[in-house]
Amino acid sequence: MAEITLDNVSKRFPDGYEAVKGMSLDIQDGEFMILVGPSGCGKSTALRMVAGLEEITDGELRIGGEVVNEKAPKDRDIAMVFQNYALYPHMSVRENMGFALKLRGVDKAEIDRKVEEAARILDLAPHLDRKPSQLSGGQRQRVAMGRAIVRDPAAFLMDEPLSNLDAKLRVQMRAEVSRLQQRLGTTTIYVTHDQVEALTLGDRVAVMRSGLLQQVGTPMELYNEPANLFVAGFIGSPAMNFMPATLEDGAAKLPFGSITVPQELRERMGRVEPGKKLIAGIRPEAFEDAALAGEHHDRGCTFRAGIDVLESLGSELYVHFSVSTEESIESDELRELAVDAGGGEVPMSGEEGRIVARLDAASQVRQGGEAELWVDPARLHLFDPGDGRSLTSRHSAPPATDGQSPAGHEPAPRQDELEELS
Amino acid sequence: MTTRVLGRAGTATRERGEAVERSPRRGNWLRPALLTIAVILIVVFCLFPFYWLINVSLKTGADLSGADLFPPSPTLDNYDSIFRNADFTNALRNSAIVTVTTTILALVVGSFAAYALARLRFPRKFLILAVILSISTFPPIAIAAPIFKLWSDVGLYNTYPGLIIPYLTFALPLCIYILTSFFKEIPKELEEAALVDGSTHFQAFRKVVLPLAAPGLVTAGLLTAFFVWNEFLLAITLTSSSDARTVPAAIAFFTGSQKFEVPLGTISAASVVITIPLVALVIIFQKRIVAGLTAGAVKG
Repeated sequence: MAEITLDNVSKRFPDGYEAVKGMSLDIQDGEFMILVGPSGCGKSTALRMVAGLEEITDGELRIGGEVVNEKAPKDRDIAMVFQNYALYPHMSVRENMGFALKLRGVDKAEIDRKVEEAARILDLAPHLDRKPSQLSGGQRQRVAMGRAIVRDPAAFLMDEPLSNLDAKLRVQMRAEVSRLQQRLGTTTIYVTHDQVEALTLGDRVAVMRSGLLQQVGTPMELYNEPANLFVAGFIGSPAMNFMPATLEDGAAKLPFGSITVPQELRERMGRVEPGKKLIAGIRPEAFEDAALAGEHHDRGCTFRAGIDVLESLGSELYVHFSVSTEESIESDELRELAVDAGGGEVPMSGEEGRIVARLDAASQVRQGGEAELWVDPARLHLFDPGDGRSLTSRHSAPPATDGQSPAGHEPAPRQDELEELS
Repeated sequence: MTTRVLGRAGTATRERGEAVERSPRRGNWLRPALLTIAVILIVVFCLFPFYWLINVSLKTGADLSGADLFPPSPTLDNYDSIFRNADFTNALRNSAIVTVTTTILALVVGSFAAYALARLRFPRKFLILAVILSISTFPPIAIAAPIFKLWSDVGLYNTYPGLIIPYLTFALPLCIYILTSFFKEIPKELEEAALVDGSTHFQAFRKVVLPLAAPGLVTAGLLTAFFVWNEFLLAITLTSSSDARTVPAAIAFFTGSQKFEVPLGTISAASVVITIPLVALVIIFQKRIVAGLTAGAVKG
């Protein structure tokens, strides 16, 4: 059990590439911390530095209050689960799980006891004497977990441990990992590129982009109060809708109409020069069928839209509609997100903006028809197109640049607080 | 196994023969029959010299000059006589010592060097590997005389180290080459897992990397052992007595019962004896050596 502290940690490779830039992160004892970001953002490198598999170029890494920059992995008392599991193919499951204990000279009876206990927890007892090659993907994954937990280390480091599993198994194992971590209460750093995994698993989530920490916070904080465009676009599925906006007389002019910005948000934004071009972000669930908006109807903004596509998930509906945008929005961060998502998810310059809205299943909208939609102004996000900073978030911070560490250590906004905003 | 593969090949040809309707009935049996005959011929061609060696080793006296396919009066006299000959038994001991020592040293040094070449990042790695490999293309005859001179001066002439050192220089390049391609195949994460599990770099190498490279070690070890066991040129150049002389050289010094008589019987018997360990090794490690040779070949 130990807390892990990264103090302005950087990694520069011999070819000059800087994978992690001045990263500062405090991970509490027993906390489940997720590092998430698109591929190549430096999250795995950060994890490998904590493990001791990658040298730290700059900064200080402390585990349990002790500086471990120069310590070999074996002296850091950490266990790691690798993406491809890295099970020793020439050893049985029992030997794989007992390897670390054997290296430490733990006596055989004790090793057997611990391995069998871990095998029971992970449902591996019948497979202890088989070789990894005889196991299924899910079983191999559990052996990799077992190898970590038998040691009772100060911290678990997990490098995309579920990404090699098929979708169904991944969901099962996700719950399994979460249960295991709660049961053991061991400090855990978990790297993933899957934002759903990040939101569901973590006590706190750290979003990274190009080697820089963007925002650290609880899943709800990141979701409701993204500090910048990148976090806003990366967290959430379907992704947040982005569109150009201008601010005039306390109202945000959006492609489909004007929304009065609530007092609370206006105060947070401070002075914004009138007519300045902004980027508005609205999550799909901030929309609703106007007929179903009920009592909130009055304080929102309603507009009519032609429904291009309607996807029914039973419990909810996703409708896609287009808005014509005279201006286009330009942002490096949105472009990067689009590339990461396989392109096309955000309106590009000159393209007609496509918007996804999540409606109640009771809605009567039809594909190809026109519907009256309502949008909740309290859930409007406005971003500065220049640096991507959120103007409306209470954790507002420009995307961290070299040598700066981002905001995001404040407690999450409570639900009643959010209600008050409306 | 060979015949099974052939059988399948035969079936394929037969089907093709029918498809083009070219005298299908004759094609049915002729092609496989021809193939079988060809295989038998090749096997006989390869194995006959070895059979003849055994044949001769069982003859004595006047029978030796005859060309009988079977020894008229088979006898183990030749074997009896070579094992009474101290020169031969000493040479067997020398061969065993030199071979085992060279093989172990070549594997230890070779696996370290190969691991460095496979894992560490340093400039001109390919050039280094090419230079190492080019050493094995040296004609031994070119260095036999200089080494003889040098060893005489430094006192290594007619000693075990005097043989082991030049053998190592020829065996190491091949060992390094084979092992490098094996180490490259082993995922780096396995070592990293071992490091995180609490092993030192050397423990990770010994407990994880080496066991996984076992087929490569076996292949490299066998090739080294064969080379050293059979080597003749340096052995005869660098030794002068049964203190260090190995079997191939010792056989060349066999004398007949009379002057000018070539001791064919005992030479054959000795040749059979020194072949037995090699055949045994190949049979024991057959599967692994094939895996090793192909893995090396594909990897390049």
